[in-house]
Amino acid sequence: MERKTLDLWVGLFVVAGLAAVLVLAMKVGNLSTFNMSESYELKADFGNIGGLKARAPVKSAGVVVGRVTNISFDNASYRARVTMVVDKRYQFPKDTFAKILTAGLLGEQYIGLDPGGDEVNLKSGDNIAKTEPAMVLESLISKFMFDKAADGDAKK
Amino acid sequence: MLERAITGIRGTGHRVVNGVWRLGYASRFFLAVLLHSSMSFRRFHLTIKEIYFSGVLSLIIILVSGLFVGMVLGLQGYETLQKYGSESALGTLVALSLVRELGPVLAALLFASRAGSAITAEIGLMKATEQISAMEMMAVDPIARVVAPRFWAGVISMPLLAAMFSATGVFGGYLIGVVLIGVDEGQFWSQMQAAVDFRQDVMNGVIKSCVFGVAITAIALFEGYDAPPTAEGVSHATTRTVVTSALAVLALDFILTAFMFRGL
Repeated sequence: MERKTLDLWVGLFVVAGLAAVLVLAMKVGNLSTFNMSESYELKADFGNIGGLKARAPVKSAGVVVGRVTNISFDNASYRARVTMVVDKRYQFPKDTFAKILTAGLLGEQYIGLDPGGDEVNLKSGDNIAKTEPAMVLESLISKFMFDKAADGDAKK
Repeated sequence: MLERAITGIRGTGHRVVNGVWRLGYASRFFLAVLLHSSMSFRRFHLTIKEIYFSGVLSLIIILVSGLFVGMVLGLQGYETLQKYGSESALGTLVALSLVRELGPVLAALLFASRAGSAITAEIGLMKATEQISAMEMMAVDPIARVVAPRFWAGVISMPLLAAMFSATGVFGGYLIGVVLIGVDEGQFWSQMQAAVDFRQDVMNGVIKSCVFGVAITAIALFEGYDAPPTAEGVSHATTRTVVTSALAVLALDFILTAFMFRGL
């Protein structure tokens, strides 16, 4: 085969291969939707993180603003310490409320940030003071059952 | 009785020594290929010719199998997911399984049987017809002229083929899921994009396919170069290439997966 045709085919092949990687990055992956150029780190202590995992999204008003980077257990307070990075474009007041929420009934768990009204914003490395632990199904059911039992006792 | 035991032990020892010897020979061969690869970049048209043979000509089988694997994933995934009422996660299922595992592994297995066997047969026949000795006589280094360009062509083609396999597979899943069955298009793509991470999933798939490319072409070249110069020897070497590289791909895939996706 002639050299020019060969070069053309191989060139097409390489371009198609790189285009496939680009499609995987943009259309299949989340490179286009969530691109954190600059970010800052926040910490939060939770009584129970439920099924939260590293790389889970951090959302505020439903918009993804960051990701969970690390989860560890603090042996001094016996609480879970969650480290997350938040996009620099989004700033939150000091009295922001961090909750662990679930997407749908059985969906993945994520951190929801409810901004408060403080004038001062959270800085990199700050600790979010106000947190709400994950809702654990078992404790919810047992609470419900105890309430029912208490109701039954009261009626007697 | 004792004689028999000694013969048996000697046989085992012989096999172990032979195996280790072959492994060492293969490693030295691999090292020689790496050391003599400057020519395949200085005279890049040699490599381009081999990319055409092992990459471009494998395109049809890779694209068609990718499309069908994606379509089957779409059908089977829908069957299971709809039992739990979560058909909208179909995109996630198709994309994650293709990008992480099926894309690199199946493309590598197809590449081993389509291109790896051809490489072994070609080099084995070159050796059998004494073309390699003729090159040595003309002071042309056969490793630099024949082996190294094929090696680099395989290493370059493999990740590109795997990426195309995954992309067509996702398209096949889309065809079945969204166009045929009628899963919501927005949910299909948005759930997929929420679950697939570029660095964690896509790039790890690309790294996997690069490793597979190195393994398959190294095995194919070594088997061809090491084949006895007879018709039977070449045929055995070709078979061994396909079997060994398939096993190597599966074993490497397990090791890489254990390192990449542990703790997720």
